Amino acid sequence: MRKLYIRGIIPGKHTAIGKFFYYCYKYRALLLMLLPGFAVFFINCYLPMFGVIIAFKKIDFSLGILRSQWVGFQNFEFLFATTDAWRITRNTLLYNLTFIFCDVFFAVAMAVLMREIWQPLASKIYQTLIILPNFLSMVVVAYLVYGFLHPEYGFANYVLENLGMERVNWYNDPKYWPFLLPMVHWWKQLGYKSVVYLASVAGIDKELYEAAVIDGAGKWNQAWYITIPQLTSTMIIMFLLALGNIFRADFGLFYQVTMNSAMLYEVTDVIDTYVYRALTTMNNIGMSSAASFYQSVVGAITVIGANLIVRKIDRSQALF
Amino acid sequence: MQSVAVKDKAKKKESRKLQNKVSLPVNILLHFIFGLFAFCCLAPLFLLIAVSLTPETVLLQDGYQFIPRELTLEAYKFLFETPELVINAYAVTIFVVVVGTVSCLLITTLYAYPLSRMDFPFHNFFAMFIVITMLFNGGLTATYIVNVRFLHLRNTIWALILPGLSSAFYIMIARTYFRNSIPLSVLESARIDGAGEFRILFKIVLPLSLPMLATIGLFATFGFWNDWFRSLLYVDKKELYALQYVMMRALLNLQYLQQNLSNMTSEEAMLMLSKMPTETLRMAMAVVSIGPIVLAYPFFQRYFISGLTVGAVKG
Repeated sequence: MRKLYIRGIIPGKHTAIGKFFYYCYKYRALLLMLLPGFAVFFINCYLPMFGVIIAFKKIDFSLGILRSQWVGFQNFEFLFATTDAWRITRNTLLYNLTFIFCDVFFAVAMAVLMREIWQPLASKIYQTLIILPNFLSMVVVAYLVYGFLHPEYGFANYVLENLGMERVNWYNDPKYWPFLLPMVHWWKQLGYKSVVYLASVAGIDKELYEAAVIDGAGKWNQAWYITIPQLTSTMIIMFLLALGNIFRADFGLFYQVTMNSAMLYEVTDVIDTYVYRALTTMNNIGMSSAASFYQSVVGAITVIGANLIVRKIDRSQALF
Repeated sequence: MQSVAVKDKAKKKESRKLQNKVSLPVNILLHFIFGLFAFCCLAPLFLLIAVSLTPETVLLQDGYQFIPRELTLEAYKFLFETPELVINAYAVTIFVVVVGTVSCLLITTLYAYPLSRMDFPFHNFFAMFIVITMLFNGGLTATYIVNVRFLHLRNTIWALILPGLSSAFYIMIARTYFRNSIPLSVLESARIDGAGEFRILFKIVLPLSLPMLATIGLFATFGFWNDWFRSLLYVDKKELYALQYVMMRALLNLQYLQQNLSNMTSEEAMLMLSKMPTETLRMAMAVVSIGPIVLAYPFFQRYFISGLTVGAVKG
């Protein structure tokens, strides 16, 4: 290779293209290392991105995807002609907005409070216990919820009965689920998220607090003028990533925890569960791909939009 | 006397202010809040264990109770006497966890190391390549069709592994760790001694990165162990059901466990079937499935917390 440079067969490293080939050669070992990851990401993430074109086709597997007939927006017309489109959009957005805003608020509040516990050992024990639910699978969570909400044997009904109230058929009654689902979500995620913020809080320079104490700042002022501003960049990144996923619901939460009960769809059906049902049980690929496309594209627009706003306010905080 | 006490108290308050600690009542309140939260996190697990230890007959009378009237190991005994119920699922899950975690670690570190090298001219391009996947994706339908129609992964064990190998998040954690924790001088001296890039990575960088490897390895292990979604999408052959998926089927369909046994037509099986403590058996199964995690958890949790610290990510 080096000889080829010298002979001038490959243009020297002073031209742009020559530089490119020169670097490719010089760093060939690193490029080789990148190869398996590159291939896996290409297959898992980029091929499906090209696959979104099936939303505009009438898929006939005997012809293959590329040769299937283009049908324009017909799949979308079918989707938005149903009342489902409005229902799944509303549910997904409302749950996710609740989760995004409350998660940040509660998690930061808990991180700020946890820092103030006198005994570091106790604080460690609390951390260990509150992040445990995050490592359980949604199936196990569904079992746990079922233990409380089982219509005949569940603990919740036992308590209600002892309080002299009527039993509730939880899995058939939609009105409780807009409260139950966020509770399950927080039970599983809040501890973990607050420990993530606590890790950032622990990284804040101690001298800032020492200076604040000398200036006579109390705990409130320290939290408000030091801790929170120092956490802002973590919060913004988490917030942007969450916004990018605002049209993407936690499938496990809405499918497993509700035991896929059709009586509850009014308040528990989200885009993800709908796409899954359209794909498998209804066997309607057109509808499913249209809903899936709608989810991906609107999600992409929200994240680009949110990033633009963050960029306007403070360039250094933006993701890209 | 009183004035001394008052003075003492004032002094204490003053010193606490200088040490920058909250007052005693506030500290007690904090213990109360976090104690309650920690209790709420554990209570459902206690209920699960309690139910799995209740005799089926007592359960049918009293319902699920935190403190059952009687205790029995009936459900666990049944589970171990009829290992056909879960043994295959356990084997599938363990295979997926081992192969998946090892390949995930390999792919992640191999990808992250070049990204961590500031002198590597393409590092921005390859970083963008994975950051994009954190923000945009093709959605479930397209992914499903790619995996089923192009890669023909349906009803193969690879369908449970391959989709779990591409985590941009792990790569960013590893890259940040390599950048911040491996001194450049170590890399340079190795290069001067004539070590190639692969040797540097495997002999020098990775042995220095054990805490990070432990963290990512654990996250990946939990990810594969807890997965049921890939089984739900890609598998309908019984031999390939993962543990979580078997549990999910058992929860959604009470008869599932009985159907699972009814393949055996011997009289013994019929007898087994009639004795099956369905309600408590399911709970026992759930306990058995989280058992390894909860047992391993206390030993590894410091890695989780340290892993979160290295995970301060920016693209």
